[in-house]
Amino acid sequence: MGGLQKKKFERGSATNYITRNKARKKLQLSLPDFRRLCILKGIYPHEPKHKKKVNKGSTAPRTFYLLKDIRFLLHEPIVGKFRDYKVFVRKLKKAYGKSEYSSVERLRENKPTYKLDHIIKERYPSFIDALRDIDDALCMSFLFSTFARTGKCHVQTIQLCRRLTVEWMNYVIASRSLRKVFLSIKGIYYQAEVMGQLVTWLVPYQFSHDHPTDVDYRVMATFTELYTTLLGFVNFRLYHSLNLLYPPKLDTKSESELKEANEDDYAMNSECYLEKLSALSASLARVVSTAEEEEGEVDQFPVEGEDMEKMEAREKEQKQLEAHKKIFEGLKFFLNREVPRESLAFVIRCFGGEVSWDKSVGIGSTYEVTEETITHQIVDRPNTDKQYINRYYIQPQWVYDCVNAKVLLPVEDYFLGVTLPPHLSPFVEENEGDYVPPEKLKIMALQRGEKTAPEQEDDNEEEDDEEEDDEGDDEDENDDEEEDEEGGAEENNLKKMEEQRSQGKSLQVKVTPGKMKVVDSARLEQEEKAEEKRLAIMMMKKKEKYLYDKIMFGKKRKTREANKLAAKRKAYDDAEKVKKKKAKK
Amino acid sequence: MAESGENMRSGGTTEEMKKVRGKTARKRDQDEDEEEREQIFDFNNKPAETQEDDDPSDSEDSVYSGLEDSGSDSDDEEEEKDSDDDEDHNDVPVQRKEKKDEDGGVTEAAAEENKGDEYEHDSSDEEDIRNTVGNIPMEWYKDFPHIGYDLDGKKIYRPIRNKDELDEFLDKMENPDYWRTVNDKQTGSDIILSDEQVELVNRLQRGQFGDVNFNEYQPSVEFFSSNVMMHPVTNRPADKRSFIPSLIEKEKVSKLVHAIKMGWIKPRRVEDDSRGRYYDLWASEDSSILAKHRMHLPAPKIPLPGHQESYNPPPEYLFTEEERALWEQQDPSDRKLPFVPMKFSSLRQVPAFPRFIHERFERCLDLYLCPRQRKMRVNVNPEDLIPKLPKPKDLQPFPTTQSLVYRGHSGLVRSISVSPSGQWLASGSDDGSVRFWEVCSSRCMRTVQVGGAVKNVAWNPNPSVCLLAVALDSVVLILSPSLADRQVVLSSERLLLGQQEAEPAEEVGPITWIEAEGEERNQGIHLKIQHPKAVHQVAWHAKGDYLASVMPDHSSHLQVFIHQVSRRRSQNPFRKNKGLVQCVSFHPVRPYFFVATQRSVRIYNLVKQEMTKKLQANSKWISSMAVHPGGDHVICGSYDCRLSWFDLDLSTKPYKMLRHHKKAVRGVAYHRVYPLFASASDDGSVIVCHGTVYNDLLQNPLIVPVKVLRGHVITNDLGVLDLTFHPTQPWVFSSGADATIRLFT
Repeated sequence: MGGLQKKKFERGSATNYITRNKARKKLQLSLPDFRRLCILKGIYPHEPKHKKKVNKGSTAPRTFYLLKDIRFLLHEPIVGKFRDYKVFVRKLKKAYGKSEYSSVERLRENKPTYKLDHIIKERYPSFIDALRDIDDALCMSFLFSTFARTGKCHVQTIQLCRRLTVEWMNYVIASRSLRKVFLSIKGIYYQAEVMGQLVTWLVPYQFSHDHPTDVDYRVMATFTELYTTLLGFVNFRLYHSLNLLYPPKLDTKSESELKEANEDDYAMNSECYLEKLSALSASLARVVSTAEEEEGEVDQFPVEGEDMEKMEAREKEQKQLEAHKKIFEGLKFFLNREVPRESLAFVIRCFGGEVSWDKSVGIGSTYEVTEETITHQIVDRPNTDKQYINRYYIQPQWVYDCVNAKVLLPVEDYFLGVTLPPHLSPFVEENEGDYVPPEKLKIMALQRGEKTAPEQEDDNEEEDDEEEDDEGDDEDENDDEEEDEEGGAEENNLKKMEEQRSQGKSLQVKVTPGKMKVVDSARLEQEEKAEEKRLAIMMMKKKEKYLYDKIMFGKKRKTREANKLAAKRKAYDDAEKVKKKKAKK
Repeated sequence: MAESGENMRSGGTTEEMKKVRGKTARKRDQDEDEEEREQIFDFNNKPAETQEDDDPSDSEDSVYSGLEDSGSDSDDEEEEKDSDDDEDHNDVPVQRKEKKDEDGGVTEAAAEENKGDEYEHDSSDEEDIRNTVGNIPMEWYKDFPHIGYDLDGKKIYRPIRNKDELDEFLDKMENPDYWRTVNDKQTGSDIILSDEQVELVNRLQRGQFGDVNFNEYQPSVEFFSSNVMMHPVTNRPADKRSFIPSLIEKEKVSKLVHAIKMGWIKPRRVEDDSRGRYYDLWASEDSSILAKHRMHLPAPKIPLPGHQESYNPPPEYLFTEEERALWEQQDPSDRKLPFVPMKFSSLRQVPAFPRFIHERFERCLDLYLCPRQRKMRVNVNPEDLIPKLPKPKDLQPFPTTQSLVYRGHSGLVRSISVSPSGQWLASGSDDGSVRFWEVCSSRCMRTVQVGGAVKNVAWNPNPSVCLLAVALDSVVLILSPSLADRQVVLSSERLLLGQQEAEPAEEVGPITWIEAEGEERNQGIHLKIQHPKAVHQVAWHAKGDYLASVMPDHSSHLQVFIHQVSRRRSQNPFRKNKGLVQCVSFHPVRPYFFVATQRSVRIYNLVKQEMTKKLQANSKWISSMAVHPGGDHVICGSYDCRLSWFDLDLSTKPYKMLRHHKKAVRGVAYHRVYPLFASASDDGSVIVCHGTVYNDLLQNPLIVPVKVLRGHVITNDLGVLDLTFHPTQPWVFSSGADATIRLFT
């Protein structure tokens, strides 16, 4: 007894957290500035375990930050810059109000600016960390680079974003690190493997944006500010890792080629250069000019047993990867003007193909339509007037599907005017029990190298299926009939006996041959096991039971969904078949 | 040009004029002076006719503003004095100026005084001397016969005959000079304009200068050019103020200096281009920073798209009508997919995604507004969660199949009991009968109509007697079914009779012992123990002499009675009401008495007359209780589907809670020999469990469910009501609401 009375909320978790407003006051920042600081420094709120305790007994909804985080922010030099800026704005306003234009100008010249380099270094202490987080940066930069240069955000930001994204794409081409592409209804997803990290980004289709009103562009702009800085440093490092010049320069050879083409169309030289870079059709200049790229070959180490197998598997994988990187090698593409030029040029160049387009579409085209050596022309219209004999006219999906399938798919399915096969997501990896669309199975067969004439086989398969179905049905029916007959016979016998009995006649004693009851031992065993399991489940602890039920529920739902998809597909196929038959007739 | 040069040189003479000028004139900078002067020079060159040429606005400006420059004035005056030959030309502008000065503001009144004789040379036509009324609207004289006064003050009369329209017309037709005739309102007379005058009017109308000879495009002479001339433009000495530093400027400079000193004004910043310049940021990677921020969680990546997001998905991923309707109905947060899958036949038809910016913005919000949490995903194989139990096969024997059904009752069978020999089964039903069955043949040997719904039957556990206690309404009947050896029957009857002789009926309290007679006696009913309230349960002591009966009642302490059959004595062991008593039981070997109330089981020591233990059942409402033949374990079934196993040596809390049943547990029982116990429930099932009890105190009992027995039909939401084990065989009997009794072997 005795001693000082303990005060509530002065120890424990209550002291580890701080509400947003308090944090803001502690930092002496306005809410927008606080928000910006949090975005730049990567500070996010925390959900305390015992909200009520932390909230000093109140249950009002509040946002909590870790006190440590806020203390950490306290030492950030950028906070000082924010305050400077606030002062600057105040002075500027005052000068305007007094219409002292000379001092306005003077103030303008001394507008406080800040750099984010140290924050990038702090948030991403190692380069790999930065690469891991580059997804969002890329998505945002690609989005901003497609904005119109009016309103919404600074033109410089848009230009910077464009520059950085072009640099990134050029790097991916130079390093051949693109792995997967997916045309979705939102935009185009790309996945590249950069230094062992899978980087995925989404590029919107090339349309002008309908800017929504319920989006806070200030927040987006702050993120972009951080992301452009990050992306710039990452690009720098990546370019240097490949011995490329940064900022990127075109190869002298290709540059001279391009120069002749259309120099006069662009007034500004710098603009022209960025356009040429963004055409993605020329290779980049290197610091050390090497004629051939040296592939780092894996040294052979003598190993045994399991390691050996692993090693072999790895080697095989490596080989596959190399093949994948070169699937378009030796192919010459020509893009018609209605296809998305940038995306296709990017993808084709990433896998070693050569690409060109009409001169009037954009800068950087390397050869004409009339070039004899063109192997594929990518067209996205029902038909074309003039067709060259020695090249395939295909729809753009072929390129993307080939990349995802890692083999050159047969071009027949992608000719002009042909109904395209479904475009599947390369990101889905089916586990056991998941639904796999039949198209995927077909592609997997192709990958394994099972070469089949698709059309004929399809027909055959269908017919087979039909036959099988018919047979199956017949069998089923037969079985049913037999059973019916048996049951009927027994019943008839019984009836007869009963009649005889009721008539009071002496029973015709007749011994019907008894049927042997087949004891299905396997089935019995199964049943026994099932019962054992059921009984064991009864003895589970409450907590474990709950978990078990949840897992089982999830499993069941998964199978249900897979079944639903399969059923839908079957219905669709049946409908198609019926249509086909009708068409034949 | 020579003339102008003269003017410049004579600038010194006009000193005194300058002083007269208003203070504002000082501020006028020299440029303007120069302009003005130029103009004046031009005028000077002009002949007299230029009087009208002068743009009035220019001169007015200079006069009214009071900023009249010294140059023009001095020039004029000087010319007046010096060069007489020029006077004819010059006097006109001077005079005009003077007059205007008089009109507005008059700053040079003093100067004018000197030149009194100016009017002599007056040739101005503005000053009309024929009519002295001045510059007034002539309408004012409309109603008078005169139109003004001449210099002598005489009236000037209007011309006698005014022209009317006709005269005017005739004049127009006849007079060849009509077009150049102008009516002078001042004198009322008509004036015919001369040819020169007409020409002047025409020129003015065309916007040209009045003077024919004036060339407005003559080359200008630049006096103030970049070339340094030999002679100064003015000869006047420099101002004093040009030697004295300006106070205002000094003030300004000192202010700036102070501001710079104080750091209010910063020097222009050198534009540093390090912003936006990239370098190798990670040149010196040190992992020491990594550990700095331990609480930091990297943001999760955006989930990758599936097949359904494709622009050309397989047909099974597209929405059907119902799915689409459902999707539209759902709240955006409930939707499985945030978009509707769509199919486009070619890439060029794919439109822009309308929510693209929204989605990116939401991602941004997630990144900086969402609390992050590390969710531990349980990655367990569900099979591992199932406890490893011994196989039921190894725990045999236990009842596995339903082998016999005892039919005969017409109401639900509340209670059953097996004789200690295991040969007979007694059952009490709501149809008001007690039936005795032979266990092996399922034959009903006897039926005793007791006249009331039977709540409970209990066979005397003493094998040497054959008695059955039956509880119905407020009576407990002692029945001698005479289904055993003669010896046994006799001994039991002797037991019942013997006490009577020994003990004369002493009526104490609420209990009355009544000897059955007549018809009842023939049926085998020997004794009736009349209770004050409805009896729900009876329980025998293992020795077969004592019988406990339960009358559940909230408000009374008369809930439990213990009867001694041999002496026909009853007593109420409890003085206080400790809750609604559900059931009671005797300890099989020791003098303990178990009383189950709603939530707990109390154990009383009958010898010491005190409570030894209170078991907390952790359930809402205990329905039944059974004591292990060893006496150290108790199981309780409860209406909230639970069965709790108590180890009396361990604790007052249940050692194990079993939630096997889906509905209320109605009855529980231990086997007397085998390590088995069973529970019966309203869900129509009997679950048999193996429960081995070890003698070793350190080893906990092993409880394994071994069989779920089904057979009873659920009627009126009631399933199995009572169950009991065969005393020697691993068989279990159960009675249900479907009026049957079933034997599972």
